[in-house]
Amino acid sequence: MNIVRGFILIPFIAICLIPFLKMKGKAIVVYAAVSLIAILSSYVAFEALTGQDFELTLQGSFISGNINLQVDALSAWFMLIINFAFISGGFYGLFYMNAYVDQPKNLSLHGVLFILLHTALVSLCVIQNSIAFLVAWEIMALSAFLSILFEHEKIATVRAGINYLIQSHISIIFLMIGFIWVASQTGSYDFSTIRSYSLTHSSALSLMLFLIFFIGFAIKAGFVPFHTWLPYAHPAAPAHISGIMSGVLIKIGIFGILRMLLLIDLNYTTIGSFILVISIISGIYGVMLAILQHNLKKLLAYHSIENIGIIGIGIGLGCIGLGTNNSVLCSLGFAGALFHTLNHSLFKSLLFYTAGNVYHATHTLDIEKLGGLVKKMPQTTILFLIAALAISGLPPFNGFISEFILYTGMLSWMHNAFMVSLLGIVFTITGLVLIGGLAMMCFTKAFGVVFLGNPRHSFHHEVKEVPFLQLLPLYAIAAFIIFIGLFPKIFLDLLIKPVQLFTNLHQLPFISFRGNGIEALLSISRGSWYLILLVLLLLGVRKLVLRKRTITVSSTWNCGYTVPTAKIQYTASSFVKTYSKLFDVFFLIFKKEKEVQGVFPTDAHLETRPYDKLEKWLIDYPTTNFKLFLDRFRFFQNGKLQFYILYGIIFIIAIISIPLIYDQIIMFIEFLKQL
Amino acid sequence: MLSIILIILAATFFTGIIIRTKSIASGRKGPGIFQPIKDVIRLFKKGAVYSETTSFVFRIAPTIYFSSVFVAMLVVPFGQSKGLISFNGDFIFFAYVLGLGKFFSIIGAMDTGSSFEGMGASREALYSMFAEPAFFILMGSLALLTGHTSFQEIFSTLHLGSSISYALAVLAAFVFLMIAMIENSRMPLDDPKTHLELTMVHEVMILDNSGFDLGLILTAGYLKFAIYGAIIFNLFSGTISYEYAIPLFFVMQVFLAFLVGMIESFMARFRMNHNAQFIVVLSSVSLLIFFGALMVSGKFI
Repeated sequence: MNIVRGFILIPFIAICLIPFLKMKGKAIVVYAAVSLIAILSSYVAFEALTGQDFELTLQGSFISGNINLQVDALSAWFMLIINFAFISGGFYGLFYMNAYVDQPKNLSLHGVLFILLHTALVSLCVIQNSIAFLVAWEIMALSAFLSILFEHEKIATVRAGINYLIQSHISIIFLMIGFIWVASQTGSYDFSTIRSYSLTHSSALSLMLFLIFFIGFAIKAGFVPFHTWLPYAHPAAPAHISGIMSGVLIKIGIFGILRMLLLIDLNYTTIGSFILVISIISGIYGVMLAILQHNLKKLLAYHSIENIGIIGIGIGLGCIGLGTNNSVLCSLGFAGALFHTLNHSLFKSLLFYTAGNVYHATHTLDIEKLGGLVKKMPQTTILFLIAALAISGLPPFNGFISEFILYTGMLSWMHNAFMVSLLGIVFTITGLVLIGGLAMMCFTKAFGVVFLGNPRHSFHHEVKEVPFLQLLPLYAIAAFIIFIGLFPKIFLDLLIKPVQLFTNLHQLPFISFRGNGIEALLSISRGSWYLILLVLLLLGVRKLVLRKRTITVSSTWNCGYTVPTAKIQYTASSFVKTYSKLFDVFFLIFKKEKEVQGVFPTDAHLETRPYDKLEKWLIDYPTTNFKLFLDRFRFFQNGKLQFYILYGIIFIIAIISIPLIYDQIIMFIEFLKQL
Repeated sequence: MLSIILIILAATFFTGIIIRTKSIASGRKGPGIFQPIKDVIRLFKKGAVYSETTSFVFRIAPTIYFSSVFVAMLVVPFGQSKGLISFNGDFIFFAYVLGLGKFFSIIGAMDTGSSFEGMGASREALYSMFAEPAFFILMGSLALLTGHTSFQEIFSTLHLGSSISYALAVLAAFVFLMIAMIENSRMPLDDPKTHLELTMVHEVMILDNSGFDLGLILTAGYLKFAIYGAIIFNLFSGTISYEYAIPLFFVMQVFLAFLVGMIESFMARFRMNHNAQFIVVLSSVSLLIFFGALMVSGKFI
């Protein structure tokens, strides 16, 4: 009880204090509040992860009923991820926001929202009552919306914010429908009634209910085709907010889906196949579009969709394992999904923070204008490189571990699967491999063009590395990434409890990952160590050998041409030219072109803007048509006060008389029946 | 352990034999088969020239590229004897470690700021993305066929009983050979002897490397050939005892090198834009093997 009281009191006090403090005070209070919340909730989460669930009932209002709070292993896992993201992101944000020190009001609001966002996200993992859940969800959505709007003087930012606001409210509508459905049938808002409802009703109804929740949470998570808000919102927000949004905010959607899987009794094989298909599509579509992007943060945003796809593949496999009573597949699927959730939150926030550093130093995120940053910002370069390798799923980093768990799950499934499932496995494996290959292409492009080579654009200001303190949380994340890559076993053992929640649904035998083919992780660590040692050894030898030799520095080989300019370098567009031509059908690329003409050619230019084909068909097209349709009712809005009063009166009369008329009709029908 | 020694030994002559075969096929005498190794030793003794554009990435990239190939070699078994690292799903590690090397060779090329090297890097990234599904589908099918998931167990239980599994093994050997050609940027996709930067893939990526670094890159290339040669040998070796297996291994490697030499002598390079299609064809062949594996294991409906 005291913990909960403290948990509510800390943000409350901090929020009340912030507006009255000086700049430094604001920063300290925000960070102190975030740290305290994190310490408090992490303490509970650790207890839950090691065996002691936290349960508490709060007295609610007469509408909501009692509000149950529960921290089980699944909540705990997500809470720890959220807390780490906020502690590292908050620290980074303190320094990132230094550039805006001349806007104290804006910063106060931002600090308040940051605390609210953290509190809301942690509470979402804990609350077991649908009304309280929706309130927390709304606080989360709104505080994220206002955080995105930090640079509200830019029109693109406002647009992105509104887009996010609308889509997150579509998501909340779906959640509301789901919760009201259950509440109207059972009369209680407690989550446990969702379970009892689905157990007592037909599987088709449960499936419908799950799909409604799935769409609601999928919009937040960014599964294709519900992903369109992501590529706008992430680039518009300040770097630490984008990092947190991509790292943990969209994961709350994943958490919701997992929670609903635990609560709703389903035909898991069907739903597993459904999630698997939608996830493979998300994964491949996300990365395919990511490759085309010229805006560094937009590129990263599309990668979030890809990684949500990978997490979804894990969830899908886990569900199929649950449905077919295959305990190995079930445990490895869910373990892979949960592990990748952690991994993605690490490397993606690191990528966003380094992108933030780039923005800080150059004031642009356009890849085509950057280049050669390695010489100006060597530390940011190394950090970005580590994250890029990790997100491409390469050993010895953490991304490989979670993908390996998924592969192992699929290979174990293979041995007792038949025709259709085998085809499913082959396509999933191909999908995962393609995602890996495409991610590698995307990040070689991003890293190569932004950091390597020569600068493509001369900036009027000095481009320099950000201060060390700002880099400190980034180093911590990078160290964490490498640590997981080298010692995955520790983290996998922490996943035993969360995974058991799922295997227990069908009483599958699962105590630990021993014997699930996961001993391989030890060998992988060994292989990774060999790799690192070999690299170090060779670098040593190389240094020794080269010490005695003559080293010359000269210009790059340019086919005999000796005065190269930065313009002859390969650009991001040319790097992916063959690729974009090859997969032309999937893309929508707007082109503005003025060709070179005449004997004495004047200026020429080419401008391409990649757009999302799905967005065009699923969002833009219906919206335009809907607008056209609604335009026909414009005459209602004629600007005359008398009419508006009339509408009001008509509305009031209607709302009073409709029930009366309804009763009359019922009475009349009864009367007819009696006749 | 045995496999490591054998692969390194095979790597010393593999590329030499390819060059020799090509020389003889075109009516020349050609250099000795150890000439590539002598070239590398000469390179190790040389100094280096670095472009002023490059950074530390360019300097560490060849080392990491070589190390990744070397570590990938550690998982490859030899008949009954396991590789130094062997575990369930080690072929995934194999492919991804090679991927790490590719990542570094690509960014190493991008670091020079040259238009040619960017071109090569772009092609390498695209082709390697296409080649990987073929490898995974193939290994997946073999895993399905044998019921195991590590290289050594897959190969030692791969009994070539019926005629259909012979057909599968031949198809698999073809796919592995083609993947080896793609990985090493050899003939049907890339001509290592071409003289125009615009038509190169791998060669153009290492234009700026010199001395020790170039030596490492070349050695990694030789090793890669021998690694894929060893994998193809493993497909057929089954449970033969060592006194036959070791000579057979070298015969196989020489034969493969000869085959590559012949392909390069009598085939023209594909047009650049046809390469992608060719690599997709490989995935289809792998799918064919997958269906074959389904049939053999009786899971076809």
